[in-house]
Amino acid sequence: MTFDVAALRAQFPILNQQVNGKPLVYLDNGATTQKPEAVLNVLEHYYRTVNSNVHRGAHHLSDLATGQFEGARETVARFLNASREEILWTKGTTESINIIAQCIGRERLQPGDEVLISTSEHHANIVPWQQACLATGATLKVIPLREDCSLDQDAFDQLLTERTKIFAIGHASNALGTLNPVQEMVAKAREAGAITVVDGAQAVAHFPVDVQALDVDFYAFSAHKLFGPTGIGVLYGRRELLEAMPPYQTGGEMIETVSFEKSTWNQLPYKFEAGTPNIAGAIGLAAAIDWFNQQDREALQAHEDSLLVHATKQAEAFDGLKIIGTAANKVSVLSFLLEGAHPADVGMLLDKQGVAVRTGHHCTMPLMDTLGIPGTVRASFSIYNTLDEVDRLFEALEKVKTFL
Amino acid sequence: MFDIHNITLGEKITAEDISEDLEFLDDWEERYRYIIDLGKQLPELPDELKTEDRFVRGCQSQVWLETDYDSDADTLYMAVDSDALIVKGLAAIVLAALNRQSPQAIHDYDMDAFFDRIDLLNHLSPTRGNGLRAMVGKIKQQAQSLTA
Repeated sequence: MTFDVAALRAQFPILNQQVNGKPLVYLDNGATTQKPEAVLNVLEHYYRTVNSNVHRGAHHLSDLATGQFEGARETVARFLNASREEILWTKGTTESINIIAQCIGRERLQPGDEVLISTSEHHANIVPWQQACLATGATLKVIPLREDCSLDQDAFDQLLTERTKIFAIGHASNALGTLNPVQEMVAKAREAGAITVVDGAQAVAHFPVDVQALDVDFYAFSAHKLFGPTGIGVLYGRRELLEAMPPYQTGGEMIETVSFEKSTWNQLPYKFEAGTPNIAGAIGLAAAIDWFNQQDREALQAHEDSLLVHATKQAEAFDGLKIIGTAANKVSVLSFLLEGAHPADVGMLLDKQGVAVRTGHHCTMPLMDTLGIPGTVRASFSIYNTLDEVDRLFEALEKVKTFL
Repeated sequence: MFDIHNITLGEKITAEDISEDLEFLDDWEERYRYIIDLGKQLPELPDELKTEDRFVRGCQSQVWLETDYDSDADTLYMAVDSDALIVKGLAAIVLAALNRQSPQAIHDYDMDAFFDRIDLLNHLSPTRGNGLRAMVGKIKQQAQSLTA
């Protein structure tokens, strides 16, 4: 393999620093990824030379900004294999799901209808549906887990009925890394007549996503988990559904005409983009996608797999460590508990050794309740992590054990 | 048997003692072992006292706070427990400063300044979801209601 992780790391300036006197080992990529120079440069260049409001075309800079902003939309459309009218800018995955829950969920759900999600969903893919159900009298149904924390497909088949109006599922679990078979599940849900939603927050940085191949109605992700800036995300929506949906918010940009008596809505995608958008964010996201696509994606994926394999092997050999989530298909996430140790203590003692992980419930309280644990320690790997860093994690864990 | 009045932090071990001890410990390992040991000196709260009204909301670790006010002596007694060792140790440090004091003294105490002095202020920062800041707030609130 010709993949050179050192050369890749060198493009991420933040990684080259000491934390608590030790070289930083950043293993919190499930929370947010770091940004390469290519993205940082584009953001700075935008504010230094281009910044202007978009779609107001009266002057040169506005034309430039609009061109880059709409070009970014096309970059995202290609990234997901969608068309540009189907790509909505949002604040992130959470807002994307809220838009669907608000504009389709609350509009269409009725008493007796069901929304089907899974036990391992992030709060962002639970609470909007729960609230939509409360508002409409619909019922929230939840797919249980198997022993290895993968979704119980037999139960899914049972729970999926003609009452299922919306099926919303994470592509990969943020807390455990489990990769869900969304292709098959979405196909079954569509067959049953449900609107299908995939939360791709933990997927897009790991493997290619094609919304047409998935044949999904909605797909959501956040830029900051894909080497891009915070505060910007994407909602892909099937055109017919977006056309039929009422606007999410109202105001500037999203209108066609306004009088004091009534307003008419702009065409897609602008109907869903009230107010001045996050212009720099969109351009930054496109820079991140361009950069990502310039890499050897297969080699990156193989590298991530090798990190997970290496980490899992060490975890299995580590006395008193229990891996939480042992499904066969996982993205590069290792969630675990140390016997007799609270995850918060482990996290703090790792931090003191320069190792950044996330601890706690990972915004999946119902999952943690189901597993009967207060939370986990989660090491989530990305393309710029090294096998040495995995070793550093376990050396640091050996030291943690001496405190407990 | 658990008895809140038997907790001598704040009397036998004061904030000054802790400050002096920590001054001699300069590497992080010694400091955190010391903090964890302090926590282990606190008795566990009996399960029947781990109730909703004694619970201190924290994002990651759970903290319970029990208090008892002796109006004759104008003294507030406290006990804390946590499921996390470091948070319990840090809570013990808070008790060294506040336990067995008058509500007025507790209300006037500058906890941020103390934690800054012993170089642990980051644990009191609002971004730390460990419940410690919330616990200090809860004690201060009780003290204030007793002085009103």
